[in-house]
Amino acid sequence: MNPYLAGVLLGLVVVAANFVSGRGLGASGAVKSAIVAGVETIAPKHADASPFYHKYSEAHQGKPLNNWLVYQMLGVVVGGFFSGVISRRLTWKVEHNPGIKSKTRLIFALAGGILFGLGSQLGRGCTSGSALSGMAVLSLGGFLSMAAIFGTAFMLAYFFRKLWI
Amino acid sequence: MGPLVVNEVISENTNLLLAFFIGIAFGFVLEQGGFSSSRKLAGVFYGYDTVVLKVFFTGAITAMLGLLFFSLFGWVDLSLVYVNETFLWSTLVGGVIMGAGFIMGGYCPGTSFCGAAIGKIDAYIFIIGLFIGVFIFGEAYNLLEPLYMAEFWGSPRISEYFGISEGVTVLVVILAAVAMFWGAEWAEKLFPRDEY
Repeated sequence: MNPYLAGVLLGLVVVAANFVSGRGLGASGAVKSAIVAGVETIAPKHADASPFYHKYSEAHQGKPLNNWLVYQMLGVVVGGFFSGVISRRLTWKVEHNPGIKSKTRLIFALAGGILFGLGSQLGRGCTSGSALSGMAVLSLGGFLSMAAIFGTAFMLAYFFRKLWI
Repeated sequence: MGPLVVNEVISENTNLLLAFFIGIAFGFVLEQGGFSSSRKLAGVFYGYDTVVLKVFFTGAITAMLGLLFFSLFGWVDLSLVYVNETFLWSTLVGGVIMGAGFIMGGYCPGTSFCGAAIGKIDAYIFIIGLFIGVFIFGEAYNLLEPLYMAEFWGSPRISEYFGISEGVTVLVVILAAVAMFWGAEWAEKLFPRDEY
């Protein structure tokens, strides 16, 4: 799809989310819901002792998985899969620059995921929830978040160039 | 009229159901935009594929304009719409950590689920990383709380911060985006890459 057309559609999805729910899109929040639910189930006393877990759970009436972003992320997987079906892109693969091994790609994917997970909690949202949806409502924090994420990735690009080019 | 759930036009359960459908549209658009490919996503940082920049900023300005028009038409009360809070240091430090994660992992959280949906194994590994990262934050919360809570500025809009109207703010962002689109088209010609 033409990227500008995809962008217009993406913007309309953000508008729809705000129109329906008074909030934007998100992704990392659903991961947080799952982690809070998991820790509460496995180690309830530990979860009670940490404000990170119990505050979130209290805000969701003790059901951290019954959350807007969890349902939205389930939809993302369905929508992504459906798009892959109609564009014939469904295939198991490790995507990487031919110059590196799959194993290298996977190690960096894991490291990148850990950093992104950690950073998204500190920054109160990821590229979707903080940067895109924040910018949509003109939030100062949203603009700062976008600048910090993309700015840092640009500055570090040289050091990780072997992964991609 | 809007936001529908805040104004109790729809129930909380309907809201959650609509979240699922909004998610389907979100995932579909991300995948169609090419965001299920880490090499495409990382391309923006080397200039060989700037689809991220184009989709992201077109999305942002469309959303900004759309919400302003919805507000103008009386369809949505922007004072009831959530505006992300600004905690200066955690936003910046969190953003820097996320930027490092982006260039190393090739995905962001939303796009990784999209990549996983079409079978990208690197996306699954990235998602495992996400869970570990969120868990680390949860466990280290007491240690990180001073940084997490520092310099709370409330929920200012960038227009309020600079003391200009929302319309002018959006116009400035659109002009900046158009300049970036021009730069992106130029970069793709300068750093061509074979199809991957």
